[in-house]
Amino acid sequence: MSQALTFRYEIDGDDFTRAGEASSSMKNKLKQLGLDSDVIRKVAIAMYEGEINMVIHADGGKITVTVSDTEITMVLSDTGPGIPDVEKAMQEGYSTARAEVRSLGFGAGMGLPNMKKYTDEMQIDTTVGRGTTITMKVYI
Amino acid sequence: MRLKTILKLPGFRALVKGDPDREISRIFCCDLLSIAMSKAPADGVWVTVMGNRNTLAVASLTDTACIVLAEGMSLDDGTLEKAGSEGIAVLSTDLPVFDAALKIYQAGAP
Ligand SMILES: Nc1ncnc2c1ncn2[C@@H]1O[C@H](COP(=O)(O)OP(=O)(O)OP(=O)(O)O)[C@@H](O)[C@H]1O
Ligand SMILES: [Mg+2]
Repeated sequence: MSQALTFRYEIDGDDFTRAGEASSSMKNKLKQLGLDSDVIRKVAIAMYEGEINMVIHADGGKITVTVSDTEITMVLSDTGPGIPDVEKAMQEGYSTARAEVRSLGFGAGMGLPNMKKYTDEMQIDTTVGRGTTITMKVYI
Repeated sequence: MRLKTILKLPGFRALVKGDPDREISRIFCCDLLSIAMSKAPADGVWVTVMGNRNTLAVASLTDTACIVLAEGMSLDDGTLEKAGSEGIAVLSTDLPVFDAALKIYQAGAP
């Protein structure tokens, strides 16, 4: 593959039941491309956590995934409330998830730490009241 | 151990059979999805009380072979259908999480 491939997803903000579909679809595409299963697992975990966060905390957003010969880049952007204290949000166990969301098994405060752990690069650009863009890279 | 050994266990109802010949790797218990997302082993049996569509999404992304819903939990028909199409087995039991996992372990899971 010499030319990079790009995949785009729109994430619906109020459909909990469909959350995760973009990540599932991406995972299947990476399988078809014949990528290493360890790389696929990392991308699937990081993208799923980001996708769920968009649904739970930011009323949806957009995900763009680019696959090149050397790396997979995921850009997740939303126009949600932003993250006031990124350092705090990155700590394991920190969560502002609502009770109804917790009752579905979310809210462990492990999403962002997982995204960091399973990717080779991660950058969070966020402005309170305007939104959040998270860029993650997994090396191939 | 293959999946079919678990499918036949007394006290467990197979809601979706998956691939009975699939080789099982490990048993894993957890109800928080972000933790399961990072720790659930590929080809594993995941015991949880969390029965909703997101459980299936996590199982699918982690290549879990079988979801075991403890405490009599279940999944809605649409989700069960989706599990079937993704080849993920789903079992339900009235046992608590630990007892369910122990029964599977004693049946010979690695
Ligand atoms: N896209 C986002 N927009 C606004 N706030 C966010 C966003 N992503 C994360 N946050 C904030 O950062 C906190 C920590 O996120 P993290 O994913 O680690 O945990 P969680 O989503 O609350 O729980 P878990 O991921 O374990 O289910 C969230 O509770 C929320 O306050
Ligand atoms: Mg999260």
